[in-house]
Amino acid sequence: MSLSRRSLLKTSAAAAAFATVGLPSFAQEIDELVIAYNVNLPSWDPTVGPSAVNPTIQGFYQSVFDLFIHQNPDLSFGSGLITDWGWNEDNTKLWMDVREGVTWHNGDPFTAEDVAWSLQRAANPETGNPIQFIWGKVDNITAEGSRVTADVKEFEPTFFKWMSFLTGYVLPKKYYEEVGAEGFEAAPIGTGPYMVEKFERNAFVRLKANENYWGGAPEFKSVTIKFVTDAASRVAEIESGNSHVTLEVPYEEFDRLKAKDGINGVAEPISDIGMIFLNDIEVMTDPNVRKAAAHAIDKKLIIDRLLSGYGIPIDTLQTPDYTAYDETTKVPFDPELSKKLLADSGYGPDNPVKFKIQTTKGFKPKDYEMIQAIVGLWRRVGIEAEIEVYEIAKHYELRAADTLAPAAFYNWGNSIGDPSTSTGHAMFGPSPHSVWDGQETFDAILPLWAEADEEKRIEGWRAVDRLIAENAEVIPLLQYVQPILFVSGVKVTPHRSGALLPHLMTRA
Amino acid sequence: MTLLRTIFLRLLTTAITLFGVAVIVFVVIRVVPGNPIAMMLPPGATEADIARLQAQYGFDKSIFDQFLIWLSGVLQGDFGTSISLRQPVSKLVLNRLPATLELSIMALLMAVLMGVTLALIGTRFRDGKTEGVVDVTAGMALSIPDFLWGLVLILLFGVFWPVFHISGRISPALNVDFTTNFYLFEAIARLRFDVMADLAAHMFMPALALAIPLAAIVSQLLKQSLKETMHLDYVTLARTKGYGENHVITREALPNAILPTLTLVGVQFTFLIGGTVIIERLFSYEGLGNMAIDAVINRDLPLIQGIVILFAMLFTLVNLAVDMLYVVLNPRLRHA
Repeated sequence: MSLSRRSLLKTSAAAAAFATVGLPSFAQEIDELVIAYNVNLPSWDPTVGPSAVNPTIQGFYQSVFDLFIHQNPDLSFGSGLITDWGWNEDNTKLWMDVREGVTWHNGDPFTAEDVAWSLQRAANPETGNPIQFIWGKVDNITAEGSRVTADVKEFEPTFFKWMSFLTGYVLPKKYYEEVGAEGFEAAPIGTGPYMVEKFERNAFVRLKANENYWGGAPEFKSVTIKFVTDAASRVAEIESGNSHVTLEVPYEEFDRLKAKDGINGVAEPISDIGMIFLNDIEVMTDPNVRKAAAHAIDKKLIIDRLLSGYGIPIDTLQTPDYTAYDETTKVPFDPELSKKLLADSGYGPDNPVKFKIQTTKGFKPKDYEMIQAIVGLWRRVGIEAEIEVYEIAKHYELRAADTLAPAAFYNWGNSIGDPSTSTGHAMFGPSPHSVWDGQETFDAILPLWAEADEEKRIEGWRAVDRLIAENAEVIPLLQYVQPILFVSGVKVTPHRSGALLPHLMTRA
Repeated sequence: MTLLRTIFLRLLTTAITLFGVAVIVFVVIRVVPGNPIAMMLPPGATEADIARLQAQYGFDKSIFDQFLIWLSGVLQGDFGTSISLRQPVSKLVLNRLPATLELSIMALLMAVLMGVTLALIGTRFRDGKTEGVVDVTAGMALSIPDFLWGLVLILLFGVFWPVFHISGRISPALNVDFTTNFYLFEAIARLRFDVMADLAAHMFMPALALAIPLAAIVSQLLKQSLKETMHLDYVTLARTKGYGENHVITREALPNAILPTLTLVGVQFTFLIGGTVIIERLFSYEGLGNMAIDAVINRDLPLIQGIVILFAMLFTLVNLAVDMLYVVLNPRLRHA
């Protein structure tokens, strides 16, 4: 068949017509904000099941629901649905004042009853709230007017902080009781800045602005969050203009894209840290080996070389944003000291101490590469570590069974910044998340769980961190920096918790 | 009678195969490291909390007891409840299956179209430069894995010339109330051309990425088969009757030469469905494969089991269908 001029023109016209069908709208005046998110949203109830304790999806929940106590982008706590809160003098009762004039997405009035019911539901083991061990510490929760009160069964100094953390969401009593768990999952409502308009599991969620939001109506009236779990696809999404905002792209791509016209980037520290668990077994029972391993790591060099400078070296499990951060506690890079410590225990470059280090590969940015670099630095001082790559699921299993290798890389999130939810659960022997069983640390931590004097409590945790650093019972590495890319028509305010929140986005 | 007996025997072996798959999957995913309970432990969990969670999900029983409970449920159509999504596995899996099937069928059609075209061109212009070009093209297509083709396509048609959607199955802004989850088929049936175009713009790149390696296989096998057929007596007879080369290839040689390719396409279709796991992830396509990766990451054992069993059923049924089709199309087998 010969190709005539007429058929060529027809073919070209058809191709052009097809090529323009369903084309993405490139950002000029953005009516509908499109975000390429890095994770899927498995479930809408933010208080039950495994999703409830998954820090990476809290951004979805916080767009639709409100936490009991509002958390600002800098991790400080502020007036939200609960405007004021506190304990009585002897910490046997707590009280909360509830904001008035708020409505649920379906128009029902929000009341103190909703707060009391949400707290009762969270405390009830039968509902399957995974943070029941905190919520169950209060009882006899009652609402009267705009005040909620409760009896304290066991004093928990971080109770109100947890009200800004995992599962600490207020749900609608009347609506939930009407539609049940399944109905709520199908059509969730909250008091948050956005209402769920459409949800396609594993694909996207479409949000509509809540014009009556107590904190002011969001600027973007319509937001689509696409679940784009592959990093290369997220890069393509922002580069092609298919999405206006994305996050968690490789740092090299972040640098490349933010240098382009029409794309901006912001990289701010978040509350997640990278660390190496040390299990007090085998050679790790020798403090000289642990200290040598800790002092042999040049964290700054690793961050500069592997993470393009995006990271902040840390020496304790507290980041500078956390309440108990103490800048005087340092574990400096000192390879000569490492060599000396190893020599004191009979080890050296010719007779290296040997142990295994476990790490994930690709779970966090450059996790495996960082461990490779650390093993290289260790080798110079007389430590020969064998790397074992495992999946994150295996890490959880081994950690819960206290059978991690002598060293194991992990990342820890703590968006309320309290020392009990970092050092506490990571280093307290009986915790299923700790592999350190040392008595001295156990004795130091034990009284702090219920310490009522806040100043004394924080100072106590600082002392614990100093003790841990001196004995090298864990190797903190870095505070992560979250890369966010956005087109020039958008301004993004990052949240230190790592949650990407559309209501904190405005037109540039 | 022979055909019926063949079908009966194949159905029987299919049932045995599925049972074997169920046993292997059930045991293997419980033996590999990664306890789902450990992944959902809250910071302050006690031994009692761990025991309560294990009892809640039935992990406190022996593997044998767990298998019996699961199997009795499966026989009644109950595949259990997903740990991470907290919904019935059967509902989740069946909701996703249409998306994967549509993608796979689209990829298969593309692969056959491209593969047959290449084979015909290669045969028509055999022993020349054109055949060389066809061979090199097929070689390249085959040596690059589908996910890499996916990345190349994203770069070409998603970034440099952004004509297709990079992620998803349908545009969120498109408000369509589908009655089934076969969006494309339903859009065709309802003559919704706007929806069809949107779905095609989403499906084009993942389908093409899946199709390219399969097209190469089809092309190579069919071309070889055609070349052998072209030397047979009845083809020579057709030439002596004065038929042109195009007629001889497409009307005389192709019907016989296509049979081995048909078997291969059937077998490869099952691999193609397996290939959707990575491709769906890359393109954030809401199919079964994408859900399978999440299930593995979350150690959602009931969901993994449900997906694998469904994949196994698909594989065996497709193979069964191909065998039956082969019997129907091949006169020697039909009349045996």
